[in-house]
Amino acid sequence: MTAPQLAVPLPGPIDDEAIGRLDGYTGALGGLTRREFLKYCTGIAATLGLSPAFGVEIANAATSGQRPSVIWISAQECTGCTEGLLRSYHPTLDTLILDQISLDYHETLCAGAGHQAEAFREQAVEANWGRFLLVVDGAIPVKDGGIYCKIAGEAVLDTVLRLAEGAGAIVAMGSCAAWGGIPASGPNPTEATAVNRVLADKTVVNIPGCPPNPYNFLATVLHFLTFERLPALDARNRPLFAYGRLIHENCERRPHFDAGRFAREFGDEGHRQGWCLYQLGCKGPETWANCPAIGFNDVGESAWPVGIGHPCFGCTEEGVGFTKPIHSLAELKTVTPPTAFPRVVEEQGTLSPAAVGLAAGVVGAGVGAAAVLASRLAKHGPPPDEAPPADES
Amino acid sequence: MDLNRRRFLTLAATEGAAGAAVATAATIAPGAVAQAQDLRRDPKPLPPDAVGLLYDSTLCIGCRACQAACKEANGMEAEVPARYAAWNAGTWDSPTDLSGDTLTVIQVYQHGTMEEKDSPTDGYAFVKRQCMHCTDASCISVCPVTAMTKDEGTGIVRHHPDRCIGCRYCVLACPFGVPRYEFDDPFGQIQKCELCADVPGQDVPACADVCPTGATLYGHTETLAEEARRRLATRTGEAYAFPRGVLLRAEDGGDPVTDRARHEAPMGPYVEGIYGEHLLGGTQCLMLAGVPFTLLGVPEDVPDTSYASITEGIQHTLYRYMIGPILLLGGLIAFAYRSARQHRPEEWD
Repeated sequence: MTAPQLAVPLPGPIDDEAIGRLDGYTGALGGLTRREFLKYCTGIAATLGLSPAFGVEIANAATSGQRPSVIWISAQECTGCTEGLLRSYHPTLDTLILDQISLDYHETLCAGAGHQAEAFREQAVEANWGRFLLVVDGAIPVKDGGIYCKIAGEAVLDTVLRLAEGAGAIVAMGSCAAWGGIPASGPNPTEATAVNRVLADKTVVNIPGCPPNPYNFLATVLHFLTFERLPALDARNRPLFAYGRLIHENCERRPHFDAGRFAREFGDEGHRQGWCLYQLGCKGPETWANCPAIGFNDVGESAWPVGIGHPCFGCTEEGVGFTKPIHSLAELKTVTPPTAFPRVVEEQGTLSPAAVGLAAGVVGAGVGAAAVLASRLAKHGPPPDEAPPADES
Repeated sequence: MDLNRRRFLTLAATEGAAGAAVATAATIAPGAVAQAQDLRRDPKPLPPDAVGLLYDSTLCIGCRACQAACKEANGMEAEVPARYAAWNAGTWDSPTDLSGDTLTVIQVYQHGTMEEKDSPTDGYAFVKRQCMHCTDASCISVCPVTAMTKDEGTGIVRHHPDRCIGCRYCVLACPFGVPRYEFDDPFGQIQKCELCADVPGQDVPACADVCPTGATLYGHTETLAEEARRRLATRTGEAYAFPRGVLLRAEDGGDPVTDRARHEAPMGPYVEGIYGEHLLGGTQCLMLAGVPFTLLGVPEDVPDTSYASITEGIQHTLYRYMIGPILLLGGLIAFAYRSARQHRPEEWD
């Protein structure tokens, strides 16, 4: 395989050596064997909470050649979301952008630059008007008409407002886009605002996180691709498959919380033992995300903040991440009723009629025996006044 | 008359009891209940350096760190109730109540759907049970061998197993059901919370030391009562910096101090009153809660006077200068003398 239409810069110069490495990835499925590709699609189905049978459907949709156009706008952001996406391996980013979507504009990943890139974006938008997927990462400054973040002379506020008109679906990628994130926390001199507040009349899918797990984004995109509609969303427009569960309820350290075992300082005995990080300020008890379930960077289980010993800081949750101090205690949300505790009045069981009968029988027998014994004693005992004189006296 | 063994025993039992009853009744008969209050001795004052715990049910998150730390500090074994035995081989401590192996336990009040914390309806609330360290403790009053004592300075109610005869009267006498006997041990002892007084390296009781939210706070009882009053006076929902671990009395009259970072949280919804401030003569451990205290399984419908002050008042009146026993003995002797004269065998004359 040669690299004719690379939208992603290869690491290093494109020489024989690099091409040689690419050859190792040859195959119609962007470097994956058919088996690997189906495994990946089944994994996406699992991430979405769908039956594994949908894996095949997702695979078909992903290889049908439709390749929806994706326009990725970066506003007030740190490129962490893109960096996170670059570290997805199922598929690799090149599979995604070469075979599954057509990433027509992304400031970090564009092959072109300057006017060329802008012109290509306009062309793609025009060609796919009403169908393309608009992704925004970063918050949007609205103060003074949005002049504090401009790309190619146009305020990003205006760009987003304009492109949103023609977008088939809009995804706010990362906490900054989803609810303001870092730029919107105080003092917020540019009045950085979330995408869904700029586009109040549109449905904006929020994929919060700092960075969000790339698979939450990929699964949302592939859901859109497969079913031609967005996945089910929660009250804050986050996909339920990813943000429907409280971290605290699914954390691998949860048993330590229930048993009262806590790390109290970094590096103390409890911390080294892998105990619960609540006392260090873990925000898992008030943060909804699937981090404990899928982890990050495809390096196995426990590759997420809590897994490596740092408290969750609530990046997916408005009002928690970048708002509450990292080491302040979380508020505990009640999801599961507290049924694992002993009750104030513990039920001790009830008497069965048979047990009552048996007990009554035993008591009755005892009373009867005592009565009989007493009567016999009365008969045999010598009446005091009629007692015969004792022999000894 | 002839007196065989059987008849002697019968007479001794009935007449002895009657004699005792007469002697006792003669002393306290008229208006016994009303006079019981009059006989009450003066209530005991709070010891000068009285320490205790302030448990705030609205701050408690039910993490049971206190329970785990208490077991660790006091070397107690994990408890596994029978209903958990199928899946819990003993790694998971899950006591349901105080016991010989559990000096403190977190229990929960549950109602309906249990959706809202600190709500009496469709809600739940936690309660921490441990020794309340009464100012005027029943267990000390009833102990026949002074195995229960109250520290003169800190007021901590201590148990001395080397003096204890195992009568378990303290177990019955405690209105809070705190002292527990190790029934599963052939050489069992009474066990109760002593605020980690003998635990090395535990300046602060283990439960308060580990509590992440400051729901269990250690300090001087008077300082804790002040803190509790401050919380009750603050509006619900207002931000408040809750002290954690220990709240020390400022010797120079300043604000109470703690050397730990405070826990900032909105002020919980409280029911009126500080549990333990007055009832039963006052306790050194206090409690605040968001649901009525009766729902939390602690006695609330009790007098403000301690039981010990009433029983000791009566007993000490009866036995003052040994008058009661002397009267009783005199009555018995007179009775016996009269009986003996009536039934004197003829050959004695």
